Amino acid sequence: MTENSKEVELNKSGSTPEHEYDAGLRVANLDAVADPGLEPHRVRMTDKSVKHEKAAVRQVALLFTLSMLGSAFALWAYFTFPLSEDLSSVRLNTMYLGIGMTLGLMGIGIGAVHWAKTLMPDNEVSEERHLTRGTDEKRAAAIEILAAANQESGFTRRKLIRRTLYGSLALFPLPGIILFADLGPNPGDSLRHTFWKKGTRLAKDPTGIEIKASDVTLGSVFQVIPAGLNPENKEYLEEKAKAAVLLVRVDPSELNETEERKGWSYQGIVAYSKICTHVGCPVALYEQHTHHLLCPCHQSTFDLVNGCKVVFGPAARPLPQLPITVDSEGYLIAQSDFLEPVGPSFWDRSVKS
Amino acid sequence: MNQLRRRINGMRRSPKALGIVMFAGLLVVGTGYTTVSAAVSPDREVVRTQEQIDLGKKIFLANCASCHGKNAEGTVNAPSLIGVGEASVDFQVSTGRMPGAASGPQLEVKPVQFTLEEIDAMAAYVGSLADGPSIPDAAYLQANGNASSGGELFRINCAMCHNAAGAGGALTEGKYAPQLMGSSAKTIYEAMITGPQNMPVFNDANITPEQKNDIITYLTYLQNNSSVGGEELGSLGPVSEGLLAWLGLLGLLVIIAVWLAAKSN
Amino acid sequence: MSIMKEAPKKNTFLAGTANYVDERVGASGILKEFGRKIFPDHWSFMLGEVAMYSFFVLLLSGTFLTFFYDPSMAMVRYDGVYAPLKDALMSKAYETSLNITFEVRGGLLMRQVHHWSALLFVAAAGLHMLRVFFTGAFRKPRELNWVVGFVLFVLGMAAGFTGYSLPDDLLSGNGLRIIDGMIKGVPFIGTGISSLLFGGEFPGHVVIGRLYALHIMLIPALILVFLAIHLFMLIIHKHTHYSGPGKSDTNIVGYPLMPVYVAKAGGFFFIVFGVIMVISTFFTINPIWNYGGYDPSPVSAGTQPDWYIGWLDGALRLAPTGLEFMIGDYTVSMNILLPLVISLVFLALVAIYPFIENWVTGDKREHHALDRPRNAPTRTAIGAAGVMFYAVLWAGASTDLIATHFKMSLNQVLLAMQISLILLPIAAFYVTKRVCLSLQRKDKEIAIHGRESGRIVRLPHGEYIEVHEPLDPHDLYKLVDYKDYKPTVARPNAQGKITVAARMRASLSKFYFQDRITPATKTEIAEATHHAHEIEAQVQKAIESDK
Repeated sequence: MTENSKEVELNKSGSTPEHEYDAGLRVANLDAVADPGLEPHRVRMTDKSVKHEKAAVRQVALLFTLSMLGSAFALWAYFTFPLSEDLSSVRLNTMYLGIGMTLGLMGIGIGAVHWAKTLMPDNEVSEERHLTRGTDEKRAAAIEILAAANQESGFTRRKLIRRTLYGSLALFPLPGIILFADLGPNPGDSLRHTFWKKGTRLAKDPTGIEIKASDVTLGSVFQVIPAGLNPENKEYLEEKAKAAVLLVRVDPSELNETEERKGWSYQGIVAYSKICTHVGCPVALYEQHTHHLLCPCHQSTFDLVNGCKVVFGPAARPLPQLPITVDSEGYLIAQSDFLEPVGPSFWDRSVKS
Repeated sequence: MNQLRRRINGMRRSPKALGIVMFAGLLVVGTGYTTVSAAVSPDREVVRTQEQIDLGKKIFLANCASCHGKNAEGTVNAPSLIGVGEASVDFQVSTGRMPGAASGPQLEVKPVQFTLEEIDAMAAYVGSLADGPSIPDAAYLQANGNASSGGELFRINCAMCHNAAGAGGALTEGKYAPQLMGSSAKTIYEAMITGPQNMPVFNDANITPEQKNDIITYLTYLQNNSSVGGEELGSLGPVSEGLLAWLGLLGLLVIIAVWLAAKSN
Repeated sequence: MSIMKEAPKKNTFLAGTANYVDERVGASGILKEFGRKIFPDHWSFMLGEVAMYSFFVLLLSGTFLTFFYDPSMAMVRYDGVYAPLKDALMSKAYETSLNITFEVRGGLLMRQVHHWSALLFVAAAGLHMLRVFFTGAFRKPRELNWVVGFVLFVLGMAAGFTGYSLPDDLLSGNGLRIIDGMIKGVPFIGTGISSLLFGGEFPGHVVIGRLYALHIMLIPALILVFLAIHLFMLIIHKHTHYSGPGKSDTNIVGYPLMPVYVAKAGGFFFIVFGVIMVISTFFTINPIWNYGGYDPSPVSAGTQPDWYIGWLDGALRLAPTGLEFMIGDYTVSMNILLPLVISLVFLALVAIYPFIENWVTGDKREHHALDRPRNAPTRTAIGAAGVMFYAVLWAGASTDLIATHFKMSLNQVLLAMQISLILLPIAAFYVTKRVCLSLQRKDKEIAIHGRESGRIVRLPHGEYIEVHEPLDPHDLYKLVDYKDYKPTVARPNAQGKITVAARMRASLSKFYFQDRITPATKTEIAEATHHAHEIEAQVQKAIESDK
């Protein structure tokens, strides 16, 4: 390949089986500095003086003793600091148990390492490495075994058997995979509908108390769920995950409504889905003066007075608006369900079903 | 409360927009306010004496009028205070946010500039100009409500900005929701009814005074009880935990590994 | 020592046991084979051990937690001791997590041990990977073991994420919500896959139980299997060691397994466990009681994943506005797909890097002596760029906290991150490469001219020089012992054609090795030494003539 590839790497200790391999772009250094060999061994204090050796023995034993005391302390603490209604008991239990167990563990650990470092021999040993590949003899023997196995089974010779085996191996996992199809139902059009219907009253989350238009003063923000959605519903959280709405009253003169949405608000009161159109976090941070809605997860920012258009962040679509009005008793009600799927984008969300 | 909005809008938008906003604000203050804000219960009015009002006006003229106008009608630099109520004055001044310092994204908490009497007098004066949220009734500041209901209300209405543990959080363009671990019951209550700066208003129809007391009860519980698990790392969640895992846990173990592999002498 | 004197008595018992074991499992053969295996000693070789030991701690603490935890999403009213959640509606999973915390002695401690060791497991594995990368330990014959290690790292992330979700609190629930949103963004199959995962609509009633099954059975089993393969390959290859005097590609220098390494590595397990324990004793992790049970309506400021998922969350945050577009009636969520693809490409590059470098160098020899990072400037620079890329994504997941804590605008922090994601890796590449080359140059200078002695002398003709002292041969060898590569040109193949692959390899080899500092040679050093001797002679002469 290159002019160097056939050259032997000479700067390392003598005859190496490495020469069987291509060195690629590596440059052979024929004028390399010779390896002076391992650095001389430094004798430790514990090897030189009996005093130091004895001190080290005592230290290791002390650490192991400390460990025993720590473990005993943890046992004692377990019974001495029971849990009660008073939450400070949890802190005490955690702390004293933890301190005891820490000592029990660290005593052993530091003791053992200290033992190894000071009292066990610290002469470095050098050992030869061998190539990872088997020797030529071993390889020949392996090939022989494979050939014999092939011969005896007729794996290459009996094409029909081999091909049907491949086919069966390819097919057998499929039933196993299809078994998982029942993990969940076909989503159908569940993502296109929410709990909101024509006439559903807007209610406060979590109390379910219905909201009158006059309750919503300027600058207020209400966290809203549809009236009638409560924990008794079987699909409470699933419905809430789609139906959660943010209700805000702004000065009608500040509201820039498109022609078709003119009738969707009521005296400056607007309702928007609170589920982010990015990946679905609740967009609930409302800034009273800028009228911006901020998602705390990925910082998408929506401009409430401009149809909740995205003004910043990774989201692309405006939050869906819930058309609202009031009923004869003054309660806020939905004119209909959302007119588009709420929440994160999905592939066929705009396809009319 | 609507007028406060203009301060920030005024900084952010063009003069033309400012004019529209101001006009709209005045329109609302002049006509719509009393009807729209019917939900704010007016039954907790404190008695204010004429003497107090006069004192308040004097302090106001000396300290506030240069920005808010001689009659608190507002100027280009600061919003009108007509109708913001006593609670608003008490909140802004007793937390040191007002008088405001150099303009930034939002008013900062600073050392308080006035005595309690002076603050009360100013509040009385501003309160005398038009109806607005008044100083909260002490009965709702006792932190003796239901912490569990307060916790749930807090998570639904407040945690998105102030963090589930009241540690605060970021808003857009340099604004932020402050942490609540040092806030008094009165401050928390006043913030809810006046909606200072970019915080929305939580009127009594939205969160009843009893429920506000529940929220205060929950926050007081958090303030008084440190974490059972040990040092809280600012209650900032996984970010500070991750930093400690790298710098504390792994850092300590690397140091120990260096000791372990070093030759003994 | 007194222990030695008592030994014979004990030995009879030991010998009996040893005999019993050997006759049944052939232990003597195993011990003979492995008992004196050599392990090189260096602190950076302990990082993988930290990861492995924290995995053992995870198994121990996790088993304890399973005895008290119930992965059910059935709704209950809380009736435990934590007052601020009294009567709150929550899932059984969250309730039992609270009960472990408040009503089981040592339960909170074990929860914290489990969570801290999970963070440590992935962190240590990551740092171990960086060590392997920057020292070139992934080269032949260890390429496959690099891939196995990579799989372990990814499995660690998966184990972490599935565990993070189990308490079913508000924080982790919103994390799952994000996963659901990401899955739904995948074209064609997104909504279907989401429905399969959640058993219908989000959040459903089954996902916690399913994640639990993955978290306590499939993922730990896979980690164990890959860990076993990782260690098996380690034994086959033997450990690498740093290059230097007496250490080469054909030998291994270190301490025998028994007794030194058994004591050190065994002791280190207790140290790792102990350090996790002390952190768990004094530092709260995941205070689930603050978050409340999962409810799709609320959210907390500062909603972030655990650190190892942070870079993926950061990638989502950094996507610019307006990437989503429509093809006809179909929505293409590029704001989700682009970060996803970039993350996957990044992971894929990490996984296949050994093969890329091997293809470029064409060096098919076995490498057991490690590189000092400076001696492979381009690789080190690539690594630095990769680390920087990951770090910016990671920091991107905490834009909100950066904004509030450093009093900056959230929007500007994000913009700065987007720019940094492109610029900083490039800057890191060039700076690192230049630093490496400079260090190599300095090494070469010292190798040839010796160390500066600080002794300034004035020669008779007026010149001032600093006398350099020659290096000790061992120190000298450390500076010159590295492998040197040089770029190649595209050559025609057997048919006389220059293939595209050959051209690519040629330009990559240029990219890698164009800037190179060759190791100091014997001749260069001898010449310099000769020159130094001449000067020294002059100095001596001058001193004598002064007398």
